Amino acid sequence: MRTALRPRAGSGGGSATAPHTPEGPISTPNIAQSRPVRRPGDRLFRGAAVGSGVFIVALISAIGLFLLLQAIPSLRANQVGFLTSGVWNTTSATDLQFGILYLLWVTVATSVLALALAMPISLGIALFLTHYAPRRLARPFAYVVDLLAAVPSIIFGLWGIKVLAPTLVPVAEWLNHNLGFIPLFAEGNVTIAGGGTVFTAGVVLAVMILPIITAVSREVFERTPREHIEGALALGATKWEMLRTTVLPFGKAGYVSAAMLGLGRALGETVALYLILSATTAVPELSFFDGGATIASKIALGAAEFNNPLTAGAYIAAGLVLFLLTFVVNALARAVVAGKKEYA
Amino acid sequence: MNIKRHGAALGLVAASALLLSACGSDNNAQRGDTAAANSANVDCGGKKELSAEGSSAQTNAIQEFVAEYAHICDGFNVAYNPTGSGAGVKQFIGGQVDFGGSDSPLKESEVEKAMQRCSGNPAWNLPMVFGPVAVAYNLPGMEGLVLKPDTIAKIFNGGIKKWNDPAIRELNSGANLPDKNIVVIYRSDESGTTDNFQKYLQAAAKDSWTQGVGKSFKGDTGEGKAKSQGVTDGVKATEGAITYVEKSFADAANLGIAKIDSGAGPVELTDEAAGKAIAAAKIKGSGHDLVLDLNALYASKEPGAYPLVLVTYELVCSKGYDAETSKAVKAFLTTAATSGQDNLTKVGYVPLPQEFRTKLLDAIKAIA
Repeated sequence: MRTALRPRAGSGGGSATAPHTPEGPISTPNIAQSRPVRRPGDRLFRGAAVGSGVFIVALISAIGLFLLLQAIPSLRANQVGFLTSGVWNTTSATDLQFGILYLLWVTVATSVLALALAMPISLGIALFLTHYAPRRLARPFAYVVDLLAAVPSIIFGLWGIKVLAPTLVPVAEWLNHNLGFIPLFAEGNVTIAGGGTVFTAGVVLAVMILPIITAVSREVFERTPREHIEGALALGATKWEMLRTTVLPFGKAGYVSAAMLGLGRALGETVALYLILSATTAVPELSFFDGGATIASKIALGAAEFNNPLTAGAYIAAGLVLFLLTFVVNALARAVVAGKKEYA
Repeated sequence: MNIKRHGAALGLVAASALLLSACGSDNNAQRGDTAAANSANVDCGGKKELSAEGSSAQTNAIQEFVAEYAHICDGFNVAYNPTGSGAGVKQFIGGQVDFGGSDSPLKESEVEKAMQRCSGNPAWNLPMVFGPVAVAYNLPGMEGLVLKPDTIAKIFNGGIKKWNDPAIRELNSGANLPDKNIVVIYRSDESGTTDNFQKYLQAAAKDSWTQGVGKSFKGDTGEGKAKSQGVTDGVKATEGAITYVEKSFADAANLGIAKIDSGAGPVELTDEAAGKAIAAAKIKGSGHDLVLDLNALYASKEPGAYPLVLVTYELVCSKGYDAETSKAVKAFLTTAATSGQDNLTKVGYVPLPQEFRTKLLDAIKAIA
C-alpha cells in the first residue's frame, strides 16, 4: 500500500531519457504501482487455500468416478433391475442379481424416523441451553451433549441391541397393538420381541444424531440479534412469545441445515445398524417393525467375502447410490439455507 | 507396561517349567506336558516366520496351533491373517502366503493356478480343523430336543412354523411342546458356517432342502443377524428361536442344543460323536490330497455319529517350496496334527480322531 501513496514521479517529467537517476525505482509504470503488494505470506496462504479447495473437489470427484467405474461392469452383468428390484444375490459372479429397492427403503425409513425423533428434542435442548439454562450450567451441559457425539458407533450398536432393544419391546408392542391398522406400525417379517427392527434402529440413530443437530442449532440460536430479543420483550412479549417471534424465525434455516447434517450422518451410519437390524430375505413391509439392512450395513455384511470384482462391484453400486443420496440431502440443505435472507 | 510384565512372568514360568521338566519332576504347566510327549516328532527348523491367510472359521484353532508351535519350536512363528476363505485361496495362489486356509477345497478352476504357484506340482487340501455346528434353540423348559435332518431342513425353510408341529412332536414324544411360532435366526453375513449347514441339509435331507447351498442363507424365512455372536444373542433374546452356530457359542450362551437323529437314534453333540463322524468320513481326493466327501459325511447314518461339522482345510504345495519354507511348513503342520489338537476342545473345535491324524501326518511327511 505504501507504494501507491507515493507521488508518481515519472509521469510529470516526460523524459524517458533519464533512466538511471536515484529515483529510478519509483518511476515504474502505472500498472505496477496500482497493484497491491504481494508478500510471500499472501501468496503462500492463497496457494494453500486454493489448493485445499481444489483438493477436496478433486477428491470427491475421484471418489464418485471410482465408484462409477467399479460399479459399471457389475451393473452390466446384473440380471435384474438395479433400481426396481430388491433381491440381493451376488455369490455367483455369473448370475448376479442385485437391486437397491429394499435397502433404500430401510435406509430412508431408519434415517427419517431418527430425524423425526431427534429434531424436536434437539430444538428443545438448544433453546434450553441458549435461553433458559443459567449461564453457569449452560456450558458444562453443552459439553455433555457434545460428548455424545464422541461415543463410537459400535458402542451405540451394542447398547442398542443389548440394552435398549429389550426395554423398547413393550413400547413397540403397544404401538403395534394399538396403531397396527396403520401400515407403518403393522407387523413385519421379524419378531418385535427380538428387537432387530427399523424402530429400534431409528431410536438409536436419533440418539446418535442428537448432538450434531443440537450443537449447530445452539450456535445459530445464540446469534439472534440482541435488539430483536429486547424489542420483543419491550413490546410485552412473554419468553415463549419472544422465542417464537424472534429466535425461531431467525434460526430456522440454521436449524433445518443442522437437521440435514444429522440426516447425512444417519444415512451413512454402518456399524450400529449392522449390529441392530435383523436381516430378512422376504419382501419388507412398509413398517417400522420390519427388519432389513441399510445400504451401508449391507456393504459391511458382505465385506468379508468380496472374492471377485463383480461381487464387489454390486456393493460398490449400492455405495454409489448412498453417495448420491447424501449429496442430494446436502444440496437440499444448502437450498434451504440459501433461500433465507439472513444467510445470503 | 502390563504386557511387558506379563511377558516377563510368562518367561519366568516357561523357564521354570523347562527347568523342572529337565529335573524329571512333574510340572503343572499344561502345554509343557503335551509338548514333552510330542516334541520328538516335530523337526523344527527352516523359515522362522511363516505367513498364512484365509478362513476366519479356523482362526482360534490356528492360534492354538501357533502357540503350540512356538512352544515346541522356540523362536518360530506363523502369522495367520483371517480375511476369509476367498482371500486365502487368492493369496495362496498368488504366492503371497506360504499356505492358505479355506472352508472349501480348491475348485477345479483354482487347481490349475495352484499348480503354477507350486512350480508345477499339485497343491493339497489338508482338512485340519473341524468345527462342530450346533442347532441351538431357546425354548424354556425344553431340554434334549430331538430333530431329524428332514425336520431341521423344513424348519429352516419355513415348512414347519410351529413348535408343536406333528413332525417335531413325533420325535419328542412326551415333551411339552408349546403352540409357539418358530423364529428362525440365520447368519446375515456371508459365512462358511452357513455354507456347510446348507450343504449338510442338502446331503442329509435332499427331499426337503431344495434351496441350494452357498455362503448366504437361502431358506427364505426368519431373520438374519451378523456373525456367530449376533445369532447367539438373537436366540438368547427371543423365546422360540432356533439357529445354527458353532458349538462354543451355543455353550457360552447356555442355549439348548438339539440332538440329531440321522436314522440310528438321537445323537448328542459331543467331541466323541463328532469325532466318530470324522473318522468315518470318506476321502474323495487322490493320494495325499485329503479332500473329504462332504456329501457322504453329511448323509452318514453311522450310529452314534454327529455329522454336522464345519470342515476347513489348509492349502499347501505338495512340492515346490524352497527348502527353508518346506521345513517350517512341515514342522508347523506336524505340530498342528499332533499336540496342537489336544487343546482344541477348549476353543470350540473337535480334536481329530487318531486314525485321521495318521493320514494327515503321512501327507505332511510327503511334502517336499
